Amino acid sequence: MTLRRAGRLVLGLACLLAPLLLAGCNRDDAIPWQLTNVTGHMPDLDFHLVDDQGKQVTGQDYHGKVVLLYFGYTHCPDVCPLTLAHLHVVMQRLGPLADGARILFVSVDPARDTPEVMHAYVNAFDPRAVGLTGSPREIEALSKRYRSAFTREPDDANGQYEVSHSSAIYIFDRNGNARLLSTPDRSLDDLVHDLHLLLSLGNPA
Amino acid sequence: MSARRAGLAVVLMVALLAGRAEATEAAHVIPSHAWIRVLPGDLPAGAYVVLENQGNQPATLRAASSPAYAEAMLHRSSTENGVSRMAMVDDLAIPAHGKVELSPGGYHLMLMKARTAVRPGDKVRLQLRFDDGSTLEVDFLARPANATGDTP
Repeated sequence: MTLRRAGRLVLGLACLLAPLLLAGCNRDDAIPWQLTNVTGHMPDLDFHLVDDQGKQVTGQDYHGKVVLLYFGYTHCPDVCPLTLAHLHVVMQRLGPLADGARILFVSVDPARDTPEVMHAYVNAFDPRAVGLTGSPREIEALSKRYRSAFTREPDDANGQYEVSHSSAIYIFDRNGNARLLSTPDRSLDDLVHDLHLLLSLGNPA
Repeated sequence: MSARRAGLAVVLMVALLAGRAEATEAAHVIPSHAWIRVLPGDLPAGAYVVLENQGNQPATLRAASSPAYAEAMLHRSSTENGVSRMAMVDDLAIPAHGKVELSPGGYHLMLMKARTAVRPGDKVRLQLRFDDGSTLEVDFLARPANATGDTP
């Protein structure tokens, strides 16, 4: 075995063991989460959708990143931009750590939200935001998976409509496990605090 | 009617109109912190403003319009039982000597179909119409999509 290969092996072992070690020293009940801890109570990140570049993606594609999942739609001029603007502030406050996180903005209005529309929309908020859209069935499946719901409200005289949707932000660790739930009443400090912890976990450096 | 009498009538009318103007709802409302969150493309935008009523009577905001947008509607967002929704509202009362805030996550004006692209930094004029038909012209500052906090 060359020295290089041995080095790689050690690194590989360390990577494998790190989560176990961390799990050992940081039992979940010992971590002072500010947000609602949903570890073990919600399914892991799993979906088949289309990203804002038009590429087919699954939950697996975001493994390695801490994920902030939020349901909304681009014709939502008030609450969705407010939430995304807040998440942008949170990302800014996390500094370089934020590169380890992704905001996944899932459209509950796939009829109007094409990947192009989603691309312009999410990029107006944060470079680490990804817009996801897809078939109504896939989106409904994802929404149901996290026990959330959305409802298309009746059309107005101009054929425009609003969509009622979950206000929660679902937070997943780098392995795609659901860990935390944030609601609009939670402060940005709480989000920054918990994301800082979650991003530091499983980040051996 | 002599020219003189006609002139007098005009002066009287102007005086009457001026008197009326002072008594309108709009005349007592002081707007501040007016801004628009600009979204990409032709997506609807939210407009926000603080309205202070310095009058002895309540003022009721009924509608808004702008030369810059084809439509402007008064809306209210709410979050209940974990669900966010948005609904049109008919009016918004500002109590006498009180104020209301149209702010993100609550009351706002939804602006639709910009006639020309509105960019951050632009000043956009909106006309607010009150219950008695009086109007108030307010300049709103266009801010980027991810703007937070108060207007600069």
